[in-house]
Amino acid sequence: MAVDDATRTEVSLGGRRGGPDVATLRTDKWWKLPAVTVAGLSAFVVYATWAAFFGDQNFFLVEHNLISPFYSPCLGHVCKAAGNTGSPLFDWWRISPALIILVFPLGFRMTCYYYRKAYYRSFWRSPVACAVQDAHSSYSGETKAPLILQNIHRYFFYAGLVFNVLLTIDAVEAFMWPVGGVHMSIGTLVLCANASLLWLYSLSCHACRHLCGGQVRSFSKHPIRHKLWKFVTPLNARHMQFAWASLIVVALSDVYVRLAASGAITDIKIF
Amino acid sequence: MATTEHHSYDVIIIGAGGAGLRAAIEAKERGLKVALVCKSLLGKAHTVMAEGGVAAAMGNVYEEDNWKVHFRDTMRGGKMLNNWRMAQLHAQESPDRVLELEAWGALFDRTKDGKILQRDFGGHRYARLAHVGDRTGLELIRTLQQKAVSMDIDVFMECKILRLLRDDNGRIAGAVGYWRPTGEFITFAAKAVILASGGVGKSWKYTSNSWEGTGDGHAMALWAGAELIDMECVQFHPTGMVWPLSVRGILVTEGVRGDGGVLRNSEGKRFMFDYVADMFRAETAESEEEADKWYDDHTAGRRPPELLPRDEVARSINAEVKAGRGSPHGGVFLDIATRRSAEFIRRRLPSMYHQFMELAGVDITTTPMEVGPTLHYIMGGVRVDADTAATGIPGLFAAGEVAGGMHGSNRLGGNSLSDLIVFGRRAGMGAADFIEGASGEPTFSQAEVDAVIAEALEPFSRESGENPYDIQHDLQELMQANVGIIRTGAEIDEALEQLEVMKDRAANVAVKGGRIYNPAWNLATDLGAMLTVSTCVALGATHRKESRGGHTRDDFPKADPELGKVNMVLSQPQGTGVRGAVKVDPQPIPEMPEELKALFEEAK
Amino acid sequence: MADVTMRLWRGDQDGGELVDYTIEAQEGEVVLDVIHRLQATQIPDLACRWNCKAGKCGSCSAEINGMPRLMCMTRMDQLPEGPVTVTPMRTFPIIRDLVTDVSFNFEQAKRVPAFNPGTVPADGFRMQQADVERGQEFRKCIECFMCQNVCHVIRDHEENKPKYAGPRFFIRYAELEMHPMDTNDRRELVREKMGLGLCNITKCCTEVCPEHIKITDNAIIPLKERVVDAHYDPVAWLGRKISGRKKRTADEAAAHRP
Repeated sequence: MAVDDATRTEVSLGGRRGGPDVATLRTDKWWKLPAVTVAGLSAFVVYATWAAFFGDQNFFLVEHNLISPFYSPCLGHVCKAAGNTGSPLFDWWRISPALIILVFPLGFRMTCYYYRKAYYRSFWRSPVACAVQDAHSSYSGETKAPLILQNIHRYFFYAGLVFNVLLTIDAVEAFMWPVGGVHMSIGTLVLCANASLLWLYSLSCHACRHLCGGQVRSFSKHPIRHKLWKFVTPLNARHMQFAWASLIVVALSDVYVRLAASGAITDIKIF
Repeated sequence: MATTEHHSYDVIIIGAGGAGLRAAIEAKERGLKVALVCKSLLGKAHTVMAEGGVAAAMGNVYEEDNWKVHFRDTMRGGKMLNNWRMAQLHAQESPDRVLELEAWGALFDRTKDGKILQRDFGGHRYARLAHVGDRTGLELIRTLQQKAVSMDIDVFMECKILRLLRDDNGRIAGAVGYWRPTGEFITFAAKAVILASGGVGKSWKYTSNSWEGTGDGHAMALWAGAELIDMECVQFHPTGMVWPLSVRGILVTEGVRGDGGVLRNSEGKRFMFDYVADMFRAETAESEEEADKWYDDHTAGRRPPELLPRDEVARSINAEVKAGRGSPHGGVFLDIATRRSAEFIRRRLPSMYHQFMELAGVDITTTPMEVGPTLHYIMGGVRVDADTAATGIPGLFAAGEVAGGMHGSNRLGGNSLSDLIVFGRRAGMGAADFIEGASGEPTFSQAEVDAVIAEALEPFSRESGENPYDIQHDLQELMQANVGIIRTGAEIDEALEQLEVMKDRAANVAVKGGRIYNPAWNLATDLGAMLTVSTCVALGATHRKESRGGHTRDDFPKADPELGKVNMVLSQPQGTGVRGAVKVDPQPIPEMPEELKALFEEAK
Repeated sequence: MADVTMRLWRGDQDGGELVDYTIEAQEGEVVLDVIHRLQATQIPDLACRWNCKAGKCGSCSAEINGMPRLMCMTRMDQLPEGPVTVTPMRTFPIIRDLVTDVSFNFEQAKRVPAFNPGTVPADGFRMQQADVERGQEFRKCIECFMCQNVCHVIRDHEENKPKYAGPRFFIRYAELEMHPMDTNDRRELVREKMGLGLCNITKCCTEVCPEHIKITDNAIIPLKERVVDAHYDPVAWLGRKISGRKKRTADEAAAHRP
C-alpha cells in the first residue's frame, strides 16, 4: 500500500470541558465544614491575641504554682511581678513574654500539614470544598515565597518538642506548691491534660512520622525505626483531632489560670 | 471515500489485557515496531477483574510442589481434554513469569522468609497462587502496563478492530478498525498480528465479564479462516453475586473458599460433601472435621469439597437450587463470617468486603453471601500451536482466553493469569520468529477495507430498523436459557435456529446520532462477533454429546471416553463472515508422550 | 417503584446542556444501571465510558450531584431525593456526553521513570510483608482519575497541567520511592518537574478515592518530606556535603531507567 503513515494525533491537554460553567453542582452542605473551621480558628486567634498583648497579668497562680501555657517559660520583667522567678536572661524584655513564646508553637501550627489544609480551604478558599471552584484565578501552591517556607515544618516540630518539655515541667511543678509537699488541684489536672495533648499533637505530626521511620525504603532493614513508625502511624491518623483538642485545651488552660489567678474562681484543691 | 488513517507496524496486538501486554513487551524486546490496540483505555481490560491469584508451582509454601504436580492438576481439572503441550509449558514456565513480574515492580504478598506467598485454590493440590490480597489481576495488568509504557510501546486506546486482513497468499497483512472517540476508521499494515482479545461472556445474561467480552478475536479469527476448538467448553464460575439483580453475575473470588469459606444450602448444610465425583473422592475430605483440619495443615486432612474444580461446584449449586434448597434470591450461601474473624476477612478479602458492603449492603464479616453460578470464561478458542501460539493462518497468533486448548474442558482458578503471561510471551516470541523467517511485506486490498467500512456504517443509513440493544438483550436471554450451565439437545437446536433469526435482525440494525463515541453504534459493530461465537458455542455443544468439564448435557450426563479424545474443530470458508456456515469437525487431540502419561499412573 | 429524574450533560466540543430524563426506578440499582437502561430504551447514543461495573476498573468516573464518583458504585437509594445530576469529569476535555479525554493522565504516566532494581537475583527478591505493604496500598489504584479530576491545581488552573503530575502519579512516585529494591532517587524530579510543590494538601484526592487510598497522608506528605530531605533541609544538606553522598538531579532520575 502506498499510503504514508499518518502521524498520531497530538494529545490535547486543553479543549472545552463538559458540564455547566458554574462554581459547583454540589447540593450538599459543603460550606458547613469551612464555616466551622473559620469560626474555630478565628476565635482562637482573637483570644490568643488578646491574651498575648493585653493579658500580661494574672497568668500565674502563685499558691498553686500554675502558669498559663501562653506565658511559659516565663520571660521578662512581668514574671517577678507575677510571683514567678522567671528567667534572668530576659529581664530587659518589657512587653508581653507571650510574644517571644508564641512564635514557636504558632509556627509549628501554621506550617502543620493539617492546619495548612484547614486554612487553605476555609480562609483562602483554594478550594473551599472539593469540586467547588477555587476562589483565585492564579495559583502557584507552595512553590514560591512565602508558602515555600512550609517546607521547614520539621524545625518548628523540633522547637515544639522543646516547648512540650517545658510545659510538661510546668505540669509537674504544679504538683509542688510553695507551702511544701505534693498537692493537686483542678488546675494541676488542666495543665497535665494540656501537656498530654500537646505531646499527642506533636507525635502525631507528619514530619515526626517521616523522621521516625517513614523516610526509610526498607522497614525490615531498620527494625527499630519501623517500630517507631508503627507507633506514631495510628496517632498520625488522628492528627486533626489532636490539633483541635490541643488548641482548645491550651486556650482553656490559659482561661482557667487567668480566672484562678484573678480570683474570679477558686482553683479547687483535691489533696 | 476519504483517506483512512493508516499505520505500518511489524506486529499489531489486538487486546491489551495480560496476554496482549506480555506479548507486546516480548515483541518490543526483540526490536520490533509494535502497536497495542485495545477497545478500552489502557489498563481497563478484563484481566483487572481477576482476583485470587496467579498459579505457579514455585514451592514457596509447600516444597513438594513442582511443575509436574501443577501439570497433572491442570489436565485433570480440564478432564484431560487439554492440549498436553500447552499445559506442560504453562506449568514449567509460570514460576519464571511470576518472578519476572516482581522484577518489573509487582508487589506480591510475602511469606515469613520474604518469598512470594501462595494461597490455596480449587483443584490445585498445593497452595500455589501468588497473589496480592484479592486484587491480583490489577497487580498483573498494572505491572505489565507500566513496563510496556516504560518501553515506549505505541498504544491505540479505545480503538476497535473490525476485521483481520490477509494478502493474496493467505498471509496476515493487517487489520481495519475504528476509533471509538471519533468514529474515524483506521487501518494497520502488519507483518504479524497477535490476538489477545479475551472472552465471550457478554452473550450471556449473567456474567462476570465486562462489555468488552464480545468474542471479537474468536470471531475475527474464524472469519479470516482460522479454526476454533471446543467452543462448547464454557466455564460458569460457581460464585457470582445474585442480589441485587443489577449486580447479578459479579464475581465472588474463589479465594473466599480457599481462605475457609464454605457453601451451605437453606437448611444450613454443607452440601458439597454430597457431590464429590469418583475422580476426586480419593483426595477429598469425607467429613467437616477432616476438611477443617486441612486449612491449617494440608497433611492433616484431605481437601474440603468446596475446593473441587469450578465445574463440579457450579453444577452442585445448580442442583441444590433446583431441589428447592436455595437462598431467597436463587443462590446458595457462601459463609465465611462464622468461620473466620472479621479482621482476617477484611485483610485477606478487602475488595470482596467492599463489593458486598457497597453494592448489596451486606457485611460479609457477619452475614453469609448469596452466590450462584455466573458465566466467567471460555476454555475453547482459536486453535494454536503450543510452542509458538501460531494459528493456522501464517502470521496470525493468539494468546490468552481467545486461544483454545490450554484448559481443556474446564479451567482451574489461577491458571488464567499464568496462561496470559506464559503464552503472551510465547506469542510475542512466535511472532518475532515468524517475521525473521518471512520475507516481503504483505499487502491487503483496499477494496476489502472499503467493504468493511461500508458495512460498519450501514446502520446509520437505515431510517428504521432494529435497536441493537434489543438484539443484545434477546441474545443474552437466549444463551442464558438454552446454552447455559445445563444443556439439552433440543434447547441447543432451538438456540441455533433462533441465532439465525437474530443474524437477520442484526443485518437490519439502525443507529441514530453521530459516530463520536456512540455506544449504540459501537454495540451494533459488536453484534456480529457475539452472534458468531454464540453459534460456535451452540454448535460445539450440540456435537459434544457428553458431559465434560464446563459442558454439561442433561441428555448425556456421563463423560464419553471416545469424545474425550477429540477436539470439536470449527471452521468456515474465509470471507463468509457472520452469515457463513460453520463446519464442525471432530479431530483427535494431540497424544501425550509416555513420560507424561506416567504422571497420571503414579497419582493413582 | 416511583420514577427518577436523571439530569444528564449532553454535549461535546461544541457545547452542551443539562437534559432531564425520567425513568422508572428499580430496586438495588446503581447510577450506571439507570444510565444503561436509558441507553437501551430512550437515548441509545448517550456516551458513557464503563467496563467492569464492579468498581474494579475505574472507567465510569463522573460527577454525580457535583461530586466525583464511580457510577457503578453509587447506589441510587443512597442519593438524596430529587433529580440526580450526572456530568462528565470537569478537569478533562469533553469527548461527548459523560465521556472525557483523559490522555493527560496517560501522558503523565509516560514521564514516570520505571521501577529500577538494578540486578535481580535469579530466585527473586527477598522482601518482608512490612516492606511491600506501603507500596501495596498505592497499587490498589484503579486509575479512575477522579483524584486528578478533583484536584483544584489543574481543575481550576488549566495552565498547571503541563507541570503537574497529579495525585495519581504522586502515589506512583511514592510507591517507587518506598520500594525496597528500587535504585533510583526521584525526589528532585518530583520537586522540579512534577509539581509536588503545587499541591496544597487540601485532601480532596483522598476524599474522592474509591479505593480509600490515603493519598495525602501516606503518599503526598511523605513525598513532600522526602523532598525536604533532599532539597530544603539545611542540616541534611550539610550532611550530604560532609559525607559526600549526592542526590540525583531531576534529569539524572529521569534518565535512570532499567
